[in-house]
Amino acid sequence: MRKFFGILLFMTLIWACSSDDNGVSAPGEEPDPTLGPGEESFERGPMLANWADNIIIPSYEAFAIEIENLNTSFEAFRADASTANLSSFRASWLSTYKAWQRVSMFEIGPAETEGLRLNVNIYPTDASKIESHIVSGTYDLSLSSNRDAKGFPALDYLINGLGETDDAIVSKFNANDKAALITYTGAVLQDMTALSARVLSEWKQSYRDTFVANDGASATASVDRFVNDYIFYYEKFLRAGKMGIPLGVFSGSVLPEKVEAYHKADVSNELFLEGLNAAQDLFNGKHFGKSSSGESLASYLDALNSVKNGEDLNKLINDQFNAARTRVEGLSAFRQEIENNDPPTNMLMAYDEVQRAVPMLKVDMVSAMSISIDFVDADGD
Amino acid sequence: MASFFDKHIKTPVEAAPLAVFRILFGLMMLFSIIRFWSYGWIEKLYIEPKFFFSYYGFEWVKPIGDATYFLFVLCGLSAIFVALGYKYRIAIVVFFLSFTYIELMDKTTYLNHYYFISILSFLMIFLPANAYFSLDAAKNPKKAFQYIPAWTINSIKLLLAIVYFYAGLAKLNSDWLIKAMPLKIWLPSKFDIPFMGQFLHQEWVQYAFSWFGAGYDLMIPFLLLYRKTRPFAFVLVVIFHVLTRVLFPIGMFPYVMIISTLIFFDAGLHHRLLARLGILLKVGKQKFDNQQQLVLKNEAITKFKLATVVLFFAVQLLFPFRYVLYPGELFWTEEGYRFSWRVMLMEKSGYAQFKIVNGESGRWFYVDNSDFLTPFQEKQMAFQPDFILEYAHYLKNHFQKDGHKNVQIFVDCQVALNGRLSTTFIDPNVDLAQERESFAHKNWITPFKDEIKGI
Repeated sequence: MRKFFGILLFMTLIWACSSDDNGVSAPGEEPDPTLGPGEESFERGPMLANWADNIIIPSYEAFAIEIENLNTSFEAFRADASTANLSSFRASWLSTYKAWQRVSMFEIGPAETEGLRLNVNIYPTDASKIESHIVSGTYDLSLSSNRDAKGFPALDYLINGLGETDDAIVSKFNANDKAALITYTGAVLQDMTALSARVLSEWKQSYRDTFVANDGASATASVDRFVNDYIFYYEKFLRAGKMGIPLGVFSGSVLPEKVEAYHKADVSNELFLEGLNAAQDLFNGKHFGKSSSGESLASYLDALNSVKNGEDLNKLINDQFNAARTRVEGLSAFRQEIENNDPPTNMLMAYDEVQRAVPMLKVDMVSAMSISIDFVDADGD
Repeated sequence: MASFFDKHIKTPVEAAPLAVFRILFGLMMLFSIIRFWSYGWIEKLYIEPKFFFSYYGFEWVKPIGDATYFLFVLCGLSAIFVALGYKYRIAIVVFFLSFTYIELMDKTTYLNHYYFISILSFLMIFLPANAYFSLDAAKNPKKAFQYIPAWTINSIKLLLAIVYFYAGLAKLNSDWLIKAMPLKIWLPSKFDIPFMGQFLHQEWVQYAFSWFGAGYDLMIPFLLLYRKTRPFAFVLVVIFHVLTRVLFPIGMFPYVMIISTLIFFDAGLHHRLLARLGILLKVGKQKFDNQQQLVLKNEAITKFKLATVVLFFAVQLLFPFRYVLYPGELFWTEEGYRFSWRVMLMEKSGYAQFKIVNGESGRWFYVDNSDFLTPFQEKQMAFQPDFILEYAHYLKNHFQKDGHKNVQIFVDCQVALNGRLSTTFIDPNVDLAQERESFAHKNWITPFKDEIKGI
């Protein structure tokens, strides 16, 4: 009898210890010294550190610098709304928009709290809402109902969509009611600047350490959450948002007005390619702005594969990214592709190539890493 | 043969083990229901989804909106009544029906151990679990018996033995034994478990777990049956199930199994447990020790009961082998996979993109699955053919109501199994709107490219 209760006690203890833990292991855990070379298990901590220190934070820093430049060229344009200043404002906008493509996928931690992506890149933008805000002069850009009246798409409308020609646009900024227009443009910029500055400083101050220390394996661990966010970005924002939705693959008819940077008209493919490159660079752990690289999903797959002797997923996924890039590089700007071709066969074929990476990431990669997609909190058996 | 029959079927045995089983079963089920509710799973799994996946033939079983909570209340209450042994027969019938109804509402949540609870509670309908240490027996001494026929206890042992042994048989395949799959995928990801975590990525550990797991399942019924090995076997049961609890998110199942295996012990243990419980509840156990033997009357109802139990076990023994009637790899097609004690055998996941084609105009578009399914449903749907077909028909009806004509449904479905690269799972050229669910083989499943040897 005593033995029986002993076992029962033991059982309860283990239960208590194991009960629904989030599996956060202590940072700085010693690697197992008994492991020989080549038998090492893959450490998630260094991969998180590589992501944070060499990719995420540098990308946000580069984005912050671009935002600063954008503000500078806006100031010049505000002082003198000439066509030359419009051109340089527009060039800054495009270069900032491209830098954005390198941070858009990091919607985790501070960016998630701020809702950065929802606040700076919801398109199509609502031109009539913008116009009415400019006229009324009363608006609160922090409201979620105004997300389609600000950010890059709103700037796109303000500097590319207000008139047919540059002269027409510039004349609006020199008309009698120019003050309201300038004020609105400034407010949109101010909103973007503040949001992105908060995200960057949060990353630098505390979130970096939180992110790296949470190196366990559970639904709430950094790797699991980040990989989910990464795949979500690739599927919903890169594949569907930039190509699929305007192509009409979810609606049955083309929706060219839903391309990114609609008013600029000729850069949507560039923006897409920047996003695709960013996604591939993250996969390979390539340091921002450098040719060096560190621990990554690719090296994680290689490490797992050395045990499993399975397919070389790293190569397959990179090949697929490359195939997708080649296809998209062969396209004109998406708005032209969609508006000038019925059906837009080449772009549809490119979309298929982009799509093919989704099951590789969402099925093969996460299954190799034993990460559950859209973690579901339910029992298994 | 006659003596075997006498010994295991007719001989009167102490009723205490069955009483302990009834009490612990009732409490466990009550706790499970409370746990399920407290996690918000009723809302999440049965109220929020727009669409529910049905078992073939049970399409009429659906969640009933907010009244679904009432089902869980009913189930929990009946579990209390079962534990108390009060109005036992009605209570266990209500428990079986409510629990089974809940499980039939959406096959997304199918788990082998839910099925186990369903059939166990069905079996318990026919067992005199209230003969001893129950409110029924206390209130009506005519219904109180210290001894009951041996088969009533042995039937539970047999059911447990089937669960374990069949789970062991299912592991006798080349993926599990030769490739150590899927543990080779699952274990390394548990690197952050204290002490053990650092060893889990080592290949020999993965093989050891695989082989030990298969050996455990095959041997444990016999080790539990044999008196000399029983204490050792129980220690194994505890270690094994606690280990699975630590490694995998399997909810209440380990505890249910640990508690259930107590039935293999001699009545002495159960008498001591009940004596303590009696002191705790201030209920004298002595009044149940009335030396009375329950002898089932030789009448039609008894014969019907026994025939049902025999039929039940015949089904349990044969049903898991129905997969041999289907062509193709079982793990791939999953035709005959459920209800067969195939537990934690596969790392399988998929991706399914549905294409809706207007047969008249030829216009087409893709479906965003998150418009119709919860992430959990989408995940389960993407690698199980019967889910894919049912969802395809749901989509067809939905878009026909939207005014689309001649709707055709195609799917691009990629599935990965046990570390193999994902490959096409469903023939992308088959219009699923034209296919019907049945027990026949689904010939639109793309044949498995590899081979898995074994049972």
